[in-house]
Amino acid sequence: MIGHAEKAATFVANDERVHWHDRALWFVRLKRDRQAESIPEWEALREAAAAIKAHTLSRIADYLEEFERNAKANGIHVHWARDGAEHNAIVHRILAERGVTRLVKSKSMLTEECHLNPYLEAHGIEVTDTDLGERIVQLRHEPPSHIVLPAIHLKKEDIGELFHRELGSAEGASDPQYLTEAARGHLRQKFMAAQAGLTGVNFAIAETGGFVVCTNEGNADMGTSLPPVHIACMGVEKIVPQTKDLAIFLRLLARSATGQPVTSYTTHFQGPMRGGELHVVIVDNGRSAILGQETFRRSLSCIRCGACMNTCPVFRRSGGYSYGYTVPGPIGSLLAPLRDPSKFGSLPFASSLCGSCSDVCPVKIDLHHELYAFRQELVRRKVVPLYKRLGMAVMSAVLARPWAYRLAGSLMRWAMPRLPRALVYGPWNLWGRQREIPPMPRESFRELIKKEAK
Amino acid sequence: MPKVALFIPCYVDQFYPQVGLATLRVLRRLGIDLDFPEEQTCCGQPMANSGCAQDARPLAERFLKIFGKYESVVAPSGSCVSMVRNHYAQWLGEKPDFDHLRMNTFELCEYLVDIARVVKVDGDFPCKVGLHMSCHGLRELRLGRPSEVMVKSFNKVRFLLSQLRGIELVDLTRPDECCGFGGTFAVNEEAVSCLMGRDRIADHEKAGAGVIAGFDTSCLMHLGGLIRRQNKPLRVMHVAEILEGAKLS
Repeated sequence: MIGHAEKAATFVANDERVHWHDRALWFVRLKRDRQAESIPEWEALREAAAAIKAHTLSRIADYLEEFERNAKANGIHVHWARDGAEHNAIVHRILAERGVTRLVKSKSMLTEECHLNPYLEAHGIEVTDTDLGERIVQLRHEPPSHIVLPAIHLKKEDIGELFHRELGSAEGASDPQYLTEAARGHLRQKFMAAQAGLTGVNFAIAETGGFVVCTNEGNADMGTSLPPVHIACMGVEKIVPQTKDLAIFLRLLARSATGQPVTSYTTHFQGPMRGGELHVVIVDNGRSAILGQETFRRSLSCIRCGACMNTCPVFRRSGGYSYGYTVPGPIGSLLAPLRDPSKFGSLPFASSLCGSCSDVCPVKIDLHHELYAFRQELVRRKVVPLYKRLGMAVMSAVLARPWAYRLAGSLMRWAMPRLPRALVYGPWNLWGRQREIPPMPRESFRELIKKEAK
Repeated sequence: MPKVALFIPCYVDQFYPQVGLATLRVLRRLGIDLDFPEEQTCCGQPMANSGCAQDARPLAERFLKIFGKYESVVAPSGSCVSMVRNHYAQWLGEKPDFDHLRMNTFELCEYLVDIARVVKVDGDFPCKVGLHMSCHGLRELRLGRPSEVMVKSFNKVRFLLSQLRGIELVDLTRPDECCGFGGTFAVNEEAVSCLMGRDRIADHEKAGAGVIAGFDTSCLMHLGGLIRRQNKPLRVMHVAEILEGAKLS
């Protein structure tokens, strides 16, 4: 299995592109900083958001049922899906029963997680992602590389080439305005022809049975107001107790995500439009299992703003695809191995544990501490290779014995300068590939301190 | 109760004894009665960082046994102190004397500013210095305000260094980005780790720094290793080495 380090090394190999990727995301981080600075109560907002999420998770079943009751009273059809397969089957059944063959979608990471698009396509339904970035990666037959900025790994020239090939725009075009217009014209036809629209859910409100969808392009609104059928898919953790909680979360979300005060469109859905149908699919897909793990349950507070990705010095230099999971970056490095520890066992190690993610997180998930803790989980499950575990056991045995430690230290300091460089810097020396080993002093501190005058 | 114990992290003891000596001298010049318990080795961070809790645990237990009897413990490393303060509870949380150890183990600059109440630094260091705010000292010990957090600005390391005559602390484009050391991360993710390091060095170079100063020798070992391989005209120095010649009061 190729782990994160190998895939990251490929991304790093293109020096020009990796720096461009790093700078593009750092630019978003700086925009976030400016927005956060402008709110004197920023840290209080984060505290409140974390507390509301912790409270909600502690009685999530009650709030979900309250939501269901109120949503039904509003005329919304509510469906429950245990896993991705059930979710896909429910969505397909709704569409098939109504003879829908053309679906437009706005961004939903949950449907990415459940692999809804290929499932529906296999059942003869044309699915069009209408978020511009999502449409770009869909045309390239790629998954998104970032949850908020799905095509951040691509340059405008790449998109010009793609649109020329797929949408018939002018060859060699790379002007963002022109390319956006080309996509707009193309998507307009899809919106007009669609028989149903699907969206994600940013926040579902228990006390009203309504929900909120945040976008910047208005594509969710086009997709839900033209066709008569609207399906909204949400993970169980999207629930908040009260409408007034939105006053906290909506102030944090866009500022953290893209450095905007608020998303261009924040649409509140309270029930179906006249003559239309509104369905909400509530999906568990492994979330209850995470809720049952005390150390890691805070990861369910995530509001999918992507700020941890933008700030992560590793993500910026390794790209979303190096994580191999729908949600990459620090939060993905938890969610993925929580789902499948052996497949995603390298991800908790794809972090220098610098802690920037935890400090940037609007709901104060202690991401780097959870990554640290998950490493222990991987060792317990023996997902970490035996040679690494043995190496640490030997090192610990030496360090627990001062005489062995002194001996090992002296030997190393004596031998290192005497060994031929080719031997010290052989291919096994990963440290020494690009770095020098520190010059070895003749005496250690504990030897020198004896000569030091009191 | 004996007064202050000096904890010199294993790799500082073996590879950077001058950093240990500088720490010792800075503290002694303040008139602090220091003890260096010889049984000390390592805080266990490399094992803990790798997820090998069972291998880290005996080292944590040793640490408590050796250092638990002192009024306070001082170490020239943010990262090892963070290990004690933020990660030992998993193994030592139930032990009666652990709380005392946890609350009284300090990183050097933190100790100087918060406990020894140093307000004046009298000395010379006529150099352009880039300050590397190592992550664990910054975000785990809060030696300063991390750029992500919207609170009033403060920086205990800068407070000490900025008083030196002739020193010019240069402005970095990214004041607190990780250098990519990250313990075992440095070899597990060699490619990303080294790129992070090169980018950090480039930022210091662009700002015109002649010296990269830090309070965690591990980050400096990584940055220094890259610098020496590329023969760059930059030096890395521990804060203790810079403060060594100064009079603190």
